[in-house]
Amino acid sequence: MADVNRGDRPLSPHLTIYRPQITSISSILTRITGNALLLGALLMVWWFLAAAAGPDYFATVDGIVTSWVGDLIMFGSLWAIWYHTLAGVRHLIWDTGAMLEI
Amino acid sequence: MRYLTDRKRAEGLGSANSGVHHFWAMKLTSVGLLFLIPVFIFMFGSMLGRPHAEVVAYFARPFPALVAALTIIVGFKHFRDGVQVLLEDYVHGTARTVWIILLTCVSYGAMAAGLFAIAKIAL
Repeated sequence: MADVNRGDRPLSPHLTIYRPQITSISSILTRITGNALLLGALLMVWWFLAAAAGPDYFATVDGIVTSWVGDLIMFGSLWAIWYHTLAGVRHLIWDTGAMLEI
Repeated sequence: MRYLTDRKRAEGLGSANSGVHHFWAMKLTSVGLLFLIPVFIFMFGSMLGRPHAEVVAYFARPFPALVAALTIIVGFKHFRDGVQVLLEDYVHGTARTVWIILLTCVSYGAMAAGLFAIAKIAL
């Protein structure tokens, strides 16, 4: 294995040692929102499939997506997608090497 | 030997030739979504909860249909590549492989289902 000596080397501070900061919270929220968006995205695809299938099935699925649970998921997804999009803009800026001066 | 790093051990052994492919794929899809998502949100949001006939008529129009289809393609590709990093960070061994395969299937499955729906509505 490539990491036979890993245990002998000094360990840099990591997740469980660092105190949470605004940057680390923002980073983890970007990851959480991005991956949690799968739920809303699957609901959205289901809604489109129902619209393609016909009025009866659409009524059922639209009823679920606009129920209070559906509203909660969609409202959460709306927040998550804007958060993730704006956080993504920060990443695109950082990728150019800009605004990283210490 | 004690302080020899993985990088030092790997140096000189040749490149894998695909080191930045994942990074570049994420970057391409994120720039695409930066344009698609704000438009799609308002299209989808304005149609959610509307009667069936109105929804179908709206997404049968060229621009809404194309934006919805592109958002579904680029969005699920972006998710597939992103969730792979999440799994590589937190899941290990065989479970990691299984989860990556599983969520890749979910991503492309949802992408295909969404495109089928848009095509059926639009055509």
